Amino acid sequence: MVPFDRLEEAHARRSVLSDRSFIAAIYCATIVFVAVVVGLFVMLFAGSWPAIQSFGLKFFWTSSWNPVTSQFGALPMIYGTVVSSAIAILLAGFVGVYAAAYLADFAPRLVARPLSFLIELLAAVPSVVFGLWGLFVLSPVLRDRADPFLEAHFGFVPLFSGPIFGTSLLTAGVILAIMIVPTVCAISRDVIMAVLAEHREGSLALGATRWETMWRVILPGAKSGIFGACVLALGRALGETIATTMVIGNKPAIAASLFQPSYTLASVIANEFTEATTALYQSALIELGLLLFLVSMVVNGFARLLTWTVLRPSRGR
Amino acid sequence: MRRNFFTRRERLSASLSPILVLALSLGFIIPALAATQLTGAGSTFDYPFFSKAFYFYSQKHPEVTVNYQSIGSGGGIEQFINKTVDFGATDVPMNADELKRAGAPVVQVPVALGGVAITYDLPLLVKGGIKLSRQALADIFLGKITKWNDPEIAKLNPGATLPDLPIIVVHRSDGSGTTYIFTDFLSNVSKEWKDKVGTGKSVQWPAQNSIGGKGNEGVAGQVRQTPGAIGYVELAYVIENKMTEAQLENSSGKWLFCTLRSVQAAAATKPEVSATDFSIVDRSGPNSWPISGYSWAVLYQDPTDKARAKLTHDVMEWTVTDGQSIAKDLDYVALPENVQETAKKALAQIKL
Repeated sequence: MVPFDRLEEAHARRSVLSDRSFIAAIYCATIVFVAVVVGLFVMLFAGSWPAIQSFGLKFFWTSSWNPVTSQFGALPMIYGTVVSSAIAILLAGFVGVYAAAYLADFAPRLVARPLSFLIELLAAVPSVVFGLWGLFVLSPVLRDRADPFLEAHFGFVPLFSGPIFGTSLLTAGVILAIMIVPTVCAISRDVIMAVLAEHREGSLALGATRWETMWRVILPGAKSGIFGACVLALGRALGETIATTMVIGNKPAIAASLFQPSYTLASVIANEFTEATTALYQSALIELGLLLFLVSMVVNGFARLLTWTVLRPSRGR
Repeated sequence: MRRNFFTRRERLSASLSPILVLALSLGFIIPALAATQLTGAGSTFDYPFFSKAFYFYSQKHPEVTVNYQSIGSGGGIEQFINKTVDFGATDVPMNADELKRAGAPVVQVPVALGGVAITYDLPLLVKGGIKLSRQALADIFLGKITKWNDPEIAKLNPGATLPDLPIIVVHRSDGSGTTYIFTDFLSNVSKEWKDKVGTGKSVQWPAQNSIGGKGNEGVAGQVRQTPGAIGYVELAYVIENKMTEAQLENSSGKWLFCTLRSVQAAAATKPEVSATDFSIVDRSGPNSWPISGYSWAVLYQDPTDKARAKLTHDVMEWTVTDGQSIAKDLDYVALPENVQETAKKALAQIKL
């Protein structure tokens, strides 16, 4: 027979050991994660150093992208990236949140289950498939129907004027919206379902309609979560490469109209990196990568700031 | 109790079986490893031709297999300079800067010939394909001719009813040898293009109504879908997809389509092609299609591993001579015989 206190001692020692190794493991995992981000930044910075040296800040606000004369400016691509993602989040935000509200609170379970599954399936479609579909199906439809309609009714706004191309900033925005809707919808649905049943029932008991309950009680309660979903989706839109490349028209110019072709940071890299032979050209492309990194960081930071300042007071959960 | 779930014998056989499997599979793998595997990397244009040609070569010479990675000319040159491959392949010969970085003399050999065709999409059928002069084509891509019923085009196509439709220029958005050949041609026929835009694998396209498509399939897709579009595509792609082709007037005043024959005829007019004088655009001659060019293989002149170098040399020599018959099956243009001689001479410079 082993004395009882010695058994206990052994158990304690073992648990200290396992606790310590567990803590060490989670530290290591975190350090790896931080190291990857820092390493990426350092590599991008080092790779783009020749371009930074020769163009300086001019790189950010000039619009000429000319590999023949080695003149590189990234402004049109920054514009294209930000605007296409903005269109995407605007469309996907509305559709995604409304669909989520329906799935969480209005749809009968028999409908909600398969629909949720379908939406999650949409998230698993490879982006090249979206790109091909966008090029062969969506862009002709937009060119022949939607764009002329917009031009006829809103043509006085410069955004919806001028000659119509099938592949354009607008087409890219719509494709991106379709790609990020599942993210917005799936997360929003979970957040809406997590709103306390008491709030919901209380509101209904006070005589509010279902619409009023959704609009005044549930959505405000789920606001910060929905916002988080949008930020996540926006991240995907900013970095999406192949689908945008196929439908945006790949023209490094800033046009007032959304019907005109444009270009994104990720698309230029995908298009030109394989055949970029001069050192400065390669470096300029890497600097675009660095810029994409910075743009994502700024957008994310801005979104965080918005969550803290605007959304905090009415946090429901 | 759980520990004794397996008997001792079972455990023994379980631990031995991976070793057995390994030994067996090595038995299969080792004979395959006996063949030397050469590696090459570079141009995507060469890839379909190379993969078929090298497959045939290995059938005849089981001691060699060639692994070609189509990572793009830029990547191919980079890997060649870093000496991680036996040969590189590039759509434009290595320039002085790249040769300097290679640090040792390099032999550059023309291995494949490609033509660039002009394709377009008009709602009305123009019999026999629309006719364009070299100047008109340059003006379209410069954005100076913006409508299909422009007098300049109407003059070249008497009898055709041309629509009042804006011209939309479609170009490659990815850096490519096809773009290089096409802009090389435009620079040759138009001084304005040469001064304003220049020659390159990616250029700044001046036309107001222009869009970029990724790859031949991207340009072809855009042209097919956009009424009034015009673009340039590799010949093989046009043949395989039966696309509408424009006729072009060459410098001898002949109207031609881009075909395997007309591209080969243009190449044959300049047998002494070299890495420093490689442009074959805008050649004169009754059958010379004006927009074509070579793709190149690059090898070191004084390689360290002579055994591998000999194998690489033999593969390449076969590729530029007998292997050219395979090119035709894949709608590549076979090198004319006088250029095959030039290529062989270049390969002979390698010190084996």
